[in-house]
Amino acid sequence: MIKMLSLLLISSFLLADAFNEEVQKQSLNISAIVMFILFVGATLVITYWAAKRTSTAKDFYTAGGGISGFQNGLAIAGDYMSAASFLGISALVYANGYDGLIYSIGFLVGWPIILFMVAEKLRNLGKFTFADVASYRLSQKPIRILASFGAIATVTLYLIAQMVGSGKLIQLLFGLDYEVAVLLVGVLMILYVTFGGMLATTWVQIIKAVLLLSGASFMAFMVMKNMGFSFEALFAKAIEVHPKAEAIMAPGGLISDPVSAISLAIALMFGTAGLPHILMRFFTVSNAKEARKSVFYATGFIGYFYMLTFIIGFGAIVLVSTNPEYLEAGKALIGGNNMAAIHLSHAIGGDLFLGFISAVAFATILAVVSGLTLAGASAISHDLYANVFVSGKHDEKKEMKVSKIATIVLGLVTILLGIAFEEQNIAFMVGLAFAIAASANFPILFLSIYWSKLTTRGAFYGGSLGLLTAIILVILGPIVWVDILGNAQALFPYKYPALFSVSLAFVGIYLFSITDKSPRAKEEEAAFEHQFIRSETGIGSEGASKH
Amino acid sequence: MYADIYDKIKADSEFQTLVKERRAFSLKLSFIILALYFSFILTIAYAPSIFATPIFEGSVISLGIPVGIGLILIAFILTGVYVKRANHDFDATLNRLKEDVGVQHD
Repeated sequence: MIKMLSLLLISSFLLADAFNEEVQKQSLNISAIVMFILFVGATLVITYWAAKRTSTAKDFYTAGGGISGFQNGLAIAGDYMSAASFLGISALVYANGYDGLIYSIGFLVGWPIILFMVAEKLRNLGKFTFADVASYRLSQKPIRILASFGAIATVTLYLIAQMVGSGKLIQLLFGLDYEVAVLLVGVLMILYVTFGGMLATTWVQIIKAVLLLSGASFMAFMVMKNMGFSFEALFAKAIEVHPKAEAIMAPGGLISDPVSAISLAIALMFGTAGLPHILMRFFTVSNAKEARKSVFYATGFIGYFYMLTFIIGFGAIVLVSTNPEYLEAGKALIGGNNMAAIHLSHAIGGDLFLGFISAVAFATILAVVSGLTLAGASAISHDLYANVFVSGKHDEKKEMKVSKIATIVLGLVTILLGIAFEEQNIAFMVGLAFAIAASANFPILFLSIYWSKLTTRGAFYGGSLGLLTAIILVILGPIVWVDILGNAQALFPYKYPALFSVSLAFVGIYLFSITDKSPRAKEEEAAFEHQFIRSETGIGSEGASKH
Repeated sequence: MYADIYDKIKADSEFQTLVKERRAFSLKLSFIILALYFSFILTIAYAPSIFATPIFEGSVISLGIPVGIGLILIAFILTGVYVKRANHDFDATLNRLKEDVGVQHD
């Protein structure tokens, strides 16, 4: 495995040489390459170590359930502090100022809700995937099929966003061709997940979270140092040099009407509670107590990180947009707005720190796509294969084999989609993933935990309604219908469909459940009481496996 | 195999009280964060100029910035408040209940 990887790396660097003639501006950054190789080397050692400890399905999906609350908090924060967040939100702040903060706050406030409503119940009821919880007392096949489609759709959209970010970043840093960069990320992530499972994925995520938080802290510190540690001076200077002037200090175009505002808020809040790769992390800790602690630490790290990106975005306005070294002939940033944070790292710390931040950003992409791929593969192997196709009568070895094949297939599909979506704004792509998570995954999960009258029929039809509505409205909306398909006018006027699709899902689930008079519906309602006691006490739930 | 234990726990009045208290507590905290966040987002939608006003005469810092940062801090503090009470008070009661019905606890 290691030999294969080093071959891949060497060949990609040779390729970088070949491209050097075309992309003269992107001279090879030796410190970036050294730090990148160190990171990849370290993560491969971890993968090797994890592979030896990953023998059962429980190890593969949940790292044996032995991750601590603090570690899991860091890993969750790591999943959330994606390249799309780091580069996308600092780009949003760079381009629009205050609007970037609105976006971050939306991403953050989902976390308290997850803690108060979902986290411990999820831990007490589930085993490997959130579909375990959704289908706890309902009919396995239809619910698993629907939940896994919701999971795969969410994961795929999120993956595209990460891939686009990675392609652009590596293109800028190494002068590599976009397609080659995407391919490199895809192959590395397949290696981590197939060999190291959740244990490798978690530790890669933890290391990256620590590196990213340290790097971003240093950037924000240097920005403030430059401004004499005065926010007044930072904002005053930003207003002076930004083309939008004072407008960057106030809400602007991101949210232009109340429907979009509420729709975005719902997508971000409930979407977070429906992200399969995040929900999966609650099964890696040993009990509800650790699950709660995870959210507390995660919220702290994520909130701190968003404050840093806000300072970083403003720092880039002041220190990057005024320096012709980082600008194209016009006024645009070299590599686009998503590179604001990367250029800032060079402006404050030279080639060495640029190398560090680039390597960290790359590490971020690798870590996040690995977590996503693992969640997608689990939906295929644990939900679809083990509980639908062979419905429980499977052997574990085969299930793990299926999950590895699923990882590889998902990796290849992601590479192709990453190439197809090159020109889209990556922060908005994540928004779309959230809409689907909020409209399909969250309503089923939430009602299965809290509503005794939920039936299989209600969950299946209502959930499908939410899923389809979200997908169709996204396709008919401005982002796909106009920007990608090139039509003049969107058939659905809003960028964020969540307000409509989430409401439809809840109404649909309610109506199809209360009108369900089948004997099965009665059994499902009767089964709620024991499920409820388990969700409240954790009695009967999965413990950590002792190694 | 846990059916008997579930029924035993359910009959315990202390369990009923625990569930009620915990639910009331998490609903209260959820309401606080939802109310704050939706006020924030609706202010942006309907009256964005409020957030554009300077925090004091002559400052370039707009009101929206401390409000936004404050919201991030409140979200974090609320998770701390919940975890503290749940991991100490609620879990202590729960562990006592588990002992009563003969279930191992952590």
